[in-house]
Amino acid sequence: VASEVVVLGGGVGGTICANLVAKQSQGRAHVTVVDATGTHVYQPGFLYVAVGQEKPASLQHSEASLLRSEVSLVVDRASRVDPGAQTVLLESGRTLRYDQLLLATGSRTMMEEVPGADDVHDFYTMAGAMRLFEALKTFEGGTIVLGVAGIPYKCPPAPVEFVFLLDDYLKARGIREKAQIKLLSPLNRAFTIEATSKLVQPILAERGIELTGFFNVESVDPVAKTVTSLEGETVGYDLLVLVPPHRGQKVIEDSGLGDERGWVPVDKNTLKHTMFQHIWAIGDTTNIPISKSGSVAHYEASVAAAEITAAARGEAPPAHVYDGKVMCFLETGHGQATTIRFDYDHPPVSPSPSRLWHWAKLLFNKTYWHTVPQGRLP
Amino acid sequence: MSVTIAMSLNLRGLSCPMPIVKTAKAMKELGPGQLVEVFATDPGSVPDFKAWSQSTGNPLMETNQEDGVYRFILKKKEL
Repeated sequence: VASEVVVLGGGVGGTICANLVAKQSQGRAHVTVVDATGTHVYQPGFLYVAVGQEKPASLQHSEASLLRSEVSLVVDRASRVDPGAQTVLLESGRTLRYDQLLLATGSRTMMEEVPGADDVHDFYTMAGAMRLFEALKTFEGGTIVLGVAGIPYKCPPAPVEFVFLLDDYLKARGIREKAQIKLLSPLNRAFTIEATSKLVQPILAERGIELTGFFNVESVDPVAKTVTSLEGETVGYDLLVLVPPHRGQKVIEDSGLGDERGWVPVDKNTLKHTMFQHIWAIGDTTNIPISKSGSVAHYEASVAAAEITAAARGEAPPAHVYDGKVMCFLETGHGQATTIRFDYDHPPVSPSPSRLWHWAKLLFNKTYWHTVPQGRLP
Repeated sequence: MSVTIAMSLNLRGLSCPMPIVKTAKAMKELGPGQLVEVFATDPGSVPDFKAWSQSTGNPLMETNQEDGVYRFILKKKEL
């Protein structure tokens, strides 16, 4: 009799893992993906939507079209997991029983946690990115400020990438000299990783982008048009873009499966829940202190799939574990990009920005739909 | 001389910049001159706390390390 494997979340991680388990278990597991919308969204593209380089439609595909034919898709929202009974209650009232459960529910953005930030812009949701592009189209000059209102957040390089792409955008519109771009960073450098900061900071200076360090956004005054930091500094703006605070999904919090921010505690190598049996988590969903990014979800998905397949087949857990591998592209504008690669044992390295990495990023974005969700890229 | 620690933060296992952000948030709750003690395991937190202290004017009173755990004592700046 086949094991029932339930995957919550049809994002990068959940989709790859579901496909790999279905393939590798050779009929010993029946896989069901539960996704709230049934639409797979390529979130790294939001950044490009915000500056008009990508159309929203090209970032969305039907989840069903990305899953192997033997995987069942349930378009519904998981409202409660009962780890004792090994069941998932869905919003429709339906209950799914599982032998193995993968939590791949990702993160949600919580701009409402920032006092005064009701009308602030962001590029962390499709709606936010589209609204930001509308605002940029009518922007005629003034100060654009980019700040970080909570950590951890998805795609650590995104704030730096955004200011570079914004610089390009304003130049293309011929209004760059009428605009000031300010990047407010949580640390005393442009990026958490020192090696990457050293590469990026001279380029920021060259493009006339002003960097303010140790500015952790606490609140916004929409009337005075100022943003204030935990450190007590205040900066004025004409257009404010914030990286919103993130937290885990409500179902995680409601089911008592996560910490106080809804991140699921897992073993950093096996991705198994530290408290509950038969549960794994990957991607943004976990509390592992590494990047919340599609690449992490991608690499973790193959490890979780091997773990879940072994459990479904009644075999010993696999020797292959997650080694903390992260790979990010970082756009530096002017058609160039660099990459950041590291794992638990190796410090980050970044090559000098070049056109090659920009093309590699664009190529990856285009070929994503035919390779990544299906588990065709290692 | 004995010092009174007003708040102790366990930030072990967190990677940069989480220790700075959590400390900055916690120090909002302290009164001027009060001390916060921070435990962290990220080696990057040593230069980060030093620089944060200099940048924000909240004095870093002490930094030491035992068994891979760093202990920082910061003082909330006087008004």
